[in-house]
Amino acid sequence: MKTFRILAVSLAGLAFAGLAHAAGGAKHPHAPEGGWPFEGVTGQYDKASVQRGYQVYKQVCASCHSMKLLSYRNLGEEGGPFYDPAYPNPNDNPFVKALAAENEIVSPVPNDVGEFDLRPATPADRFRSPFPNDAAARAANGGALPPDLSVITKARVGGASYIYSLLTGYPDFALYEDRITEENGETVYTTVIDMAKFEKLGEYMPHHGPAYLIQPTGQYYNPYMAGDTKPNYLGDPRHAPPGGFLAMGPQLTDGRVEYTDGTEATIDQMAIDVSQFLTWAGDPKLQARKEVGLATMVYLGILTILLWFSYKRIWRKVEH
Amino acid sequence: MSGHESTYTPNSAFERWLDKRLPIIRFANDTAISFPTPKNLNYWYVFGGILAVCLAIQIITGVILAMHYEASVDGAFASVERIMRDVPFGWLLRYIHANGASMFFLAVYIHMFRGLYYGSYKAPREVLWILGCIIYLLMMATAFLGYMLPWGQMSYHGANVITGLFGAIPLVGESLQTWILGGPSIGNQTLQRFFSLHYLLPFMIAAVVILHIWALHVPGNNNPTGVEVQDVEKDTVPFHPYYTVKDGFAIAVFLIMFAVFVFYAPTVLGHADNYVEANPLVTPSHIVPEWYMLPFYAILRAITFDLGPIDAKLLGVIFMFAAIAILFVVPWLDTSKVKSMRYRPVARQFFLGFVVVCVLLGWCGAANPDDPVIPALQGEASLVVSYTDAAGAAASSTYRGGDEAFTAAEAFIATLPVTANASLEAVPAPAFAFRHLSLILTFMYFGYFVLLFFLGLSEKTKPLPESIHKSVLKAHKPKTGTAVPAE
Repeated sequence: MKTFRILAVSLAGLAFAGLAHAAGGAKHPHAPEGGWPFEGVTGQYDKASVQRGYQVYKQVCASCHSMKLLSYRNLGEEGGPFYDPAYPNPNDNPFVKALAAENEIVSPVPNDVGEFDLRPATPADRFRSPFPNDAAARAANGGALPPDLSVITKARVGGASYIYSLLTGYPDFALYEDRITEENGETVYTTVIDMAKFEKLGEYMPHHGPAYLIQPTGQYYNPYMAGDTKPNYLGDPRHAPPGGFLAMGPQLTDGRVEYTDGTEATIDQMAIDVSQFLTWAGDPKLQARKEVGLATMVYLGILTILLWFSYKRIWRKVEH
Repeated sequence: MSGHESTYTPNSAFERWLDKRLPIIRFANDTAISFPTPKNLNYWYVFGGILAVCLAIQIITGVILAMHYEASVDGAFASVERIMRDVPFGWLLRYIHANGASMFFLAVYIHMFRGLYYGSYKAPREVLWILGCIIYLLMMATAFLGYMLPWGQMSYHGANVITGLFGAIPLVGESLQTWILGGPSIGNQTLQRFFSLHYLLPFMIAAVVILHIWALHVPGNNNPTGVEVQDVEKDTVPFHPYYTVKDGFAIAVFLIMFAVFVFYAPTVLGHADNYVEANPLVTPSHIVPEWYMLPFYAILRAITFDLGPIDAKLLGVIFMFAAIAILFVVPWLDTSKVKSMRYRPVARQFFLGFVVVCVLLGWCGAANPDDPVIPALQGEASLVVSYTDAAGAAASSTYRGGDEAFTAAEAFIATLPVTANASLEAVPAPAFAFRHLSLILTFMYFGYFVLLFFLGLSEKTKPLPESIHKSVLKAHKPKTGTAVPAE
């Protein structure tokens, strides 16, 4: 019987464990030092960080990425970064109104003469999309479609850590080199990175260089991006670096955003803040979920104990 | 035991009046209150009750979710997110429903393994077992249909793979697939019919559950000894309060585990790709079904060879469906007269092996078929230089070893003329891959059932207890010695 039991437990365990598999060939994403405040049984978002993250999104990401599933009112809802208990209805919150009004949108409903006006957004409006449609977005981004960020942390293995790792994982532009070669009598100019100098690779760093990775035009190497670097790697293909290429270049540079709360806008700080903002955007009910969860656990715990003693009492005279 | 005498006495005038016209209170009393149940059922027997709770949870949450869901390719993904964001406690309903499917399958698998272990499929319970298999089949269909509804990448491409299986059937396959999809490819019409059927099937499950309980109550419960009830007085206890309280306790424990997933890890059982809206033009790099389908997915992909006129794809489909179909005939495959594996020492070992095989098949289903099972045992990849030789024919040259192999390969390429069009590529060393393991496990899976047939004819079994009552007394005797943890 004992083996039967152990097997059944491992059955459940293995079946669940079998689900977790990393995306092929990319470096495993990591959380920032100190981890995420929203992890664990009681973890919650760091409100100030989510507020700063909104600023990073607004000033950096929003020029290419849409967040179609979010409305400005969400920012002022319970659990949101600009929630004010004085305004249970976020549509009345003057701060949220002001944040919305910073964005000019095409009204989703026609005016009296059937035309669609440009007007400042209200809390009820959806986040402004930078492009009218996917085709326009591709045309403006070298053929690549910037993904919608509404649920991006749920749509990528690693969640917030993936966003954080990706944003901070790019090689520094100082590592880019121009390489001039002769091929079939023609001079070929390429941009390469010497992987032997890219220290962020850690254990994947080639031991001796030069180990060049050719950068395709309009594409940027990132060790956390799912993909394949073999075709672009000039070294031993068995030791091609992890990761792949994406059309988004490194976006965060020190001081790119001037935080209104005075926090120093380092690359790491901005990446933490925007990752946390995006996690909130994808999972805005985390606070409520953990609160209801705790109450449910206490209730079920007491119920279980009561049922256990009822069971012991009812069966006390029956041999079984 | 339907034969047991009714103990119900109508107490009020209304009850007496109703009892003559529709004896529904008598029926409820006889099936759920006074029903004689063997007193030696252990905790493996609580999963029937847990499954009833799972079905109720899925139907209740599902009906409410359907009030807010929009079955259209343009609106499905956004409507699911609207449920999560704007419907009061919508996030809770959806997380319960999504994780509830996994909990339902976890419980049903334990329930089925329990049936296989204690021989609950044997006479006189064959119909009970077959009805259970039908419920399981309906559950798989319902889960598959439901997984389509969030209209994520895995929804779409998973559905594409599974409906494509019907296309493998000779002659009628393609028309059948078109008929199922309602068109040449998955579209709005497919989503709408999947939604419609996803709403219908749970009620069919509920109907078969009623038959399942009816078929249980005719011969009565099996029990861990496999010995039938002989003396209702000595061998059984009334279902209420004895088993209502025991099942109630088990259900509460199960719900705690359920709640851990719902509240603290709601997305861990799902797949990240399903939070990306379906896009027919982008195929996910690794299409996998939900965990509860993985063993069958492994069997489907294990077959990579043609057999006479049957091509590998069709053969895989046949094996996959056979893996479920074989469960229906287990009552006749197992030739042993002894029900419980407690008294079948040899069969018991094979049963444990069968459980391991099923788990390993699940592992294979989740893995990439070409990946090595144990990466540490795979040798270093070799370098292959492909080029065109002087005669214009394709040629290649292989280099093995560490860095020096790369240096040698580079040096070789340098000697080749430009017209040779040389390219260098790393070829992984041959290894024992998941597709090999899947194939072995597939044969072991079917082998178990074949083995049951022959084993039953020759196996030497342990002596059975005279009765449930005696077996209970016996089990308690060693208590004077070392303490035995209570079941």
